[in-house]
Amino acid sequence: MVLRMNDPFANLFRLQRALDKASRNDWFGSRTSSRGAYPPVNIFADGDDFVLVAELPGVSKDAIDIQLKRDQIRITGTKVIDYDDKASVHRRERQAGQFDRTLSMPAEIDVDGARATFENGVLRLNLPRAEHEKSRSVAIN
Amino acid sequence: MSPQEVSVQEKKPLSPNEERTEAAAFFVPYTDVHETADDVIVTLEMPGCTRDGIEITVEKNVLKIEGSIDSGAYTDVQPIYTEYNVGNFTRSFTLSTQIDSGKISANLSDGLLTVTLPKVQQAVARRINVQ
Repeated sequence: MVLRMNDPFANLFRLQRALDKASRNDWFGSRTSSRGAYPPVNIFADGDDFVLVAELPGVSKDAIDIQLKRDQIRITGTKVIDYDDKASVHRRERQAGQFDRTLSMPAEIDVDGARATFENGVLRLNLPRAEHEKSRSVAIN
Repeated sequence: MSPQEVSVQEKKPLSPNEERTEAAAFFVPYTDVHETADDVIVTLEMPGCTRDGIEITVEKNVLKIEGSIDSGAYTDVQPIYTEYNVGNFTRSFTLSTQIDSGKISANLSDGLLTVTLPKVQQAVARRINVQ
């Protein structure tokens, strides 16, 4: 009999497979393609609502600006990398600069109900679907 | 001159000779290394990692940095469109003997881990004045 231990990495692996699968789809359709611009985003569905997650390590919260209008989200900001003038650089892999990315969601967002958090370098936007965009079921008489 | 725009950096997976026994994918964090008069400073981008998830060890002059993300943030949501994957981070560096490994310190802020490696006193450059 094989004893299966609860492997913490199994959950992470399942999450990674789910994220991989969701990337091979045509979610944005014929709207403005937003691929290739910084920051890369992951969009999740939480019931009717959307959750947008982006990684912005080393960017400070004050340097990020989020604008919401109907179905469009615009994330702008500056990533600063600042080392001492007198330092000698051995390895430089990180990038700095400005970013400005606009995304169109497939449904309008309830702008007043949107919430943003920035923790551990991860920006998380909770975007509830606008009331008029929610579907309602129709009873059959 | 127009301001420079940040471009997307794909997450770096481990190279084939760094495989681990766990099935999950690990990534190599983008790292800057710079040296000041007294320290060598290693700055790693590890978004999603919490302070408890960071493990920094020095063994036989090899500095190993591991960070695990909080995958609990993803339990109740369904991915519908993704552009990047998430995973734990790991990277190792061989330290030169010029580093005082007993005094290494680290600071995590906004997903950025800064590891400060102080140089052994004799390694600090000294300027000698000519009489």
